[in-house]
Amino acid sequence: MPALNVNPTRQELTRLKSRLRTSIRGHKLLKDKRDELMKQFMDVVRENRALRQRVEEGLMRAHGSFTVASAIMSAERMEEALMYPKQSVELEMTFKNIMSVNVPEYTFRTRNDDPGEVYPYGFATTSGELDDAVDAMSSVFQDMLRLAQIEKTSQLLAEEIEKTRRRVNALEYVKIPQMQESIKYITMKLDENERANTIRLMKVKDMLLKEAIEEKRAEDARAVQAFGGQMEEV
Amino acid sequence: MPSYKIAVLGDRDSVLGFQTLGLTVRPADTVEEAKTLLHTMAKEDYAVIYLTEQYAQYMGPELERYKDRLTPAIILIPGKEGPLGIGMAQVKKSVERAVGADIL
Repeated sequence: MPALNVNPTRQELTRLKSRLRTSIRGHKLLKDKRDELMKQFMDVVRENRALRQRVEEGLMRAHGSFTVASAIMSAERMEEALMYPKQSVELEMTFKNIMSVNVPEYTFRTRNDDPGEVYPYGFATTSGELDDAVDAMSSVFQDMLRLAQIEKTSQLLAEEIEKTRRRVNALEYVKIPQMQESIKYITMKLDENERANTIRLMKVKDMLLKEAIEEKRAEDARAVQAFGGQMEEV
Repeated sequence: MPSYKIAVLGDRDSVLGFQTLGLTVRPADTVEEAKTLLHTMAKEDYAVIYLTEQYAQYMGPELERYKDRLTPAIILIPGKEGPLGIGMAQVKKSVERAVGADIL
């Protein structure tokens, strides 16, 4: 029997009872939190999978084009062409609160919005395949950023769900039964004490009565004796 | 509002193309180099780091370390040799972590 090293006192009982009430309430709240988190998580993770698939496919296309381009152009030429990007990206991060989990939200600003401006090189010395590669890259970029946000969100949510689940289970299967056990133990012990007390009082009362009766009898006997003596004299 | 940077980490051939998008490109020639780069970048103001799966497969503990932090978000992307399925496996793993079983 676990956790029976409690003092069987009335004060302890009151304390335990109020703790049990709080625990049951907390358990219910945590359970609700877990369920809602789970709901959110499922949506996020579904999107995560779809997005990841799309990004991986898009990137493979881009890599393919780059491979072809690098086969046609020399490595130095290619590096030279890609060295100074025209585009630059700034990322802003805000936080969204999902059930007290802070998840990031990215908004990005590009310096150049013109889609024709993504090529950081003149077309004279480069091959057309490189254009394709850069095109494929920039078209997959939106999804890549979205993927970053979604994937981080799903990781953070997963962590929080794990924590909440552990707490719920600890309360449900360990803490609450333990407290109930202790409360039961204290109640039994107190009841037992009370019964013992009653019995003791009854016993004492019996003993007192017996003593009183005996005393009375002795007195009677003395009286009879005294009276009997007088009768003989007369 | 503070602005953050985006980095791409991987072998030279895989990451070169990202330069055109205006991302910070950090080529690494060895896994060791990638690990050091990752740690230094995590201390700077990078919000998102894209890492090729080819390196990520040897960097498990390092990735685990940043998983529960808000920044940086380390996102795996396929390198030049194609996807290894680690990224997908990680999605799966986070489902398992949350639900206790793979339900998708």
